[in-house]
Amino acid sequence: MTPPPGGARRMFKIDQNLFDIGRMDTLATGGTPLHRLDPRAKLITTLAFIVAVVSFDKYTLSALIPFFVFPLVMIAGGGLPFAYLLRKVLVVAPFALFVGAFNPLLDREILFRLGGLGISGGWVSYLSILIRFGLTVTAALTLIALTGFNTVCLGLEKLAVPRPFVIQLLFLYRYIFVLTDEAARLVRARSLRVFEASGLGFKPFVSMVGHLLLRTLDRAQRVHLAMRCRGFEGQMPVLRPTHFGLPEVRHIALWVPLFVLMRVYNLPIKLGLWITGFFA
Amino acid sequence: MSHHTIEAKDLHFVYPDGTVGLDGVSFHIGHGESVALVGANGAGKSTLLMHLNGCLAATQGAMRIGDYPVTAKNLKAVRRTVGMVFQDPDDQLFMPTVFDDVAFGPLNLGLPEAEVELKVMQALETVGATHLRKRPPYKLSGGEKRSVAIAAVLSMSPDILVMDEPSANLDPRSRRRLIQLLKTFEHTKIIATHDLDLAMELCRRTIVLHRGRVTADGPTDEIFQNETLLADSGLEKPLSMQSCPRCGQSCR
Repeated sequence: MTPPPGGARRMFKIDQNLFDIGRMDTLATGGTPLHRLDPRAKLITTLAFIVAVVSFDKYTLSALIPFFVFPLVMIAGGGLPFAYLLRKVLVVAPFALFVGAFNPLLDREILFRLGGLGISGGWVSYLSILIRFGLTVTAALTLIALTGFNTVCLGLEKLAVPRPFVIQLLFLYRYIFVLTDEAARLVRARSLRVFEASGLGFKPFVSMVGHLLLRTLDRAQRVHLAMRCRGFEGQMPVLRPTHFGLPEVRHIALWVPLFVLMRVYNLPIKLGLWITGFFA
Repeated sequence: MSHHTIEAKDLHFVYPDGTVGLDGVSFHIGHGESVALVGANGAGKSTLLMHLNGCLAATQGAMRIGDYPVTAKNLKAVRRTVGMVFQDPDDQLFMPTVFDDVAFGPLNLGLPEAEVELKVMQALETVGATHLRKRPPYKLSGGEKRSVAIAAVLSMSPDILVMDEPSANLDPRSRRRLIQLLKTFEHTKIIATHDLDLAMELCRRTIVLHRGRVTADGPTDEIFQNETLLADSGLEKPLSMQSCPRCGQSCR
């Protein structure tokens, strides 16, 4: 038996990944207290978290470590599958790996010595980028897995993010599945007819992208018609009661000051000094 | 009640690229009538449907829904009267959840929240889809999508239902369920379809389109018996009227 053409195998993977986005929504239907929190509370804490993590100096390492407590508590408290989220983080990891890849080459100044080995600033900042990447992406993913993409959008709107922006996000999320289905069908149709040949090389893909664009425009037109038929005049009405109560205030009041604390004080060093002082 | 009627007078429509969509279409559909609109691919069915609620404007001639001519000024009233179920439910179900989607029309009409909820639940109940209300539309099966798309239109309490290929892409059982459901509706109905058997069950009257013109307009039974007419319009007798492929006997 001949192996399936590469195109088909790749496509299968894309299908799989998108199906997984759907799984995030399934996770969001959980019933833990964290799930039930108003999306605004979760959005505000996650944003505060990301700002705190990103605002550190580029050589920061140890001070970042305590921040792992936030995603870990969210994952444990929300009963989310840790391995699954880790896999999702790894899917986007190459991006961070490339972003920082030149740091060790450009920044060769020795920052400190570990035994006989000199560690340059570039390696430290590279590692710092990777840790920050891990922290922020995990936080964002847990936010979506605890809340659901649409509810996150609703929270954004309630937090006075401009409506057109939120509607764009909602539509992107609604139609990304339809679009990838169409793309998958096109690629499958090609790969079923190339066999072992090169399949005219790159050319079919160019026309596929064109086709996809035209189909998307057509669909956009039909969707717009469907909206107009039901009275759409620029406003996107959504009916969903939200309640910002004591649990929400508690959630923010617990986490945000903690982020400030961890941002201002380097807790691992403090702890280290305290322990070494204790034994001295 | 005159506002459940549809009247087309000598409609002409030419697409911007010069393709003739409609070439002088006239008919009158009375209150409570159920009419099938049949014709080969490209005969102008979808183009005609688009004129019913002002998605397209005729280049010549006039369309009238009840008391209102379909013009830019009356669009809101016309669109409230005419509920349009699109051919591809994915075009119609654009909101994050089924509930939001069915609520979209009533909310745009400015109904109070409590009434919107009531209307949504009633519409979902009518099509037997209350259990789907929290699901995202892209995760539904073809039959479920179709039901929800119909509910999304019913929730606006239209007087006239317009459907484009309602049975397309449905499995036999879902199709049967759809037919049973549509039978219970008392709205004025226009159903554009290739499914002539469905047309036989749901519509007493049929309008045949061919190349943008009406080639026949009359009782469904008579039109589907007329083999020359069907052949001239690029159609075939419905399966239920053809002889049995096994024994060769005709059941009618």
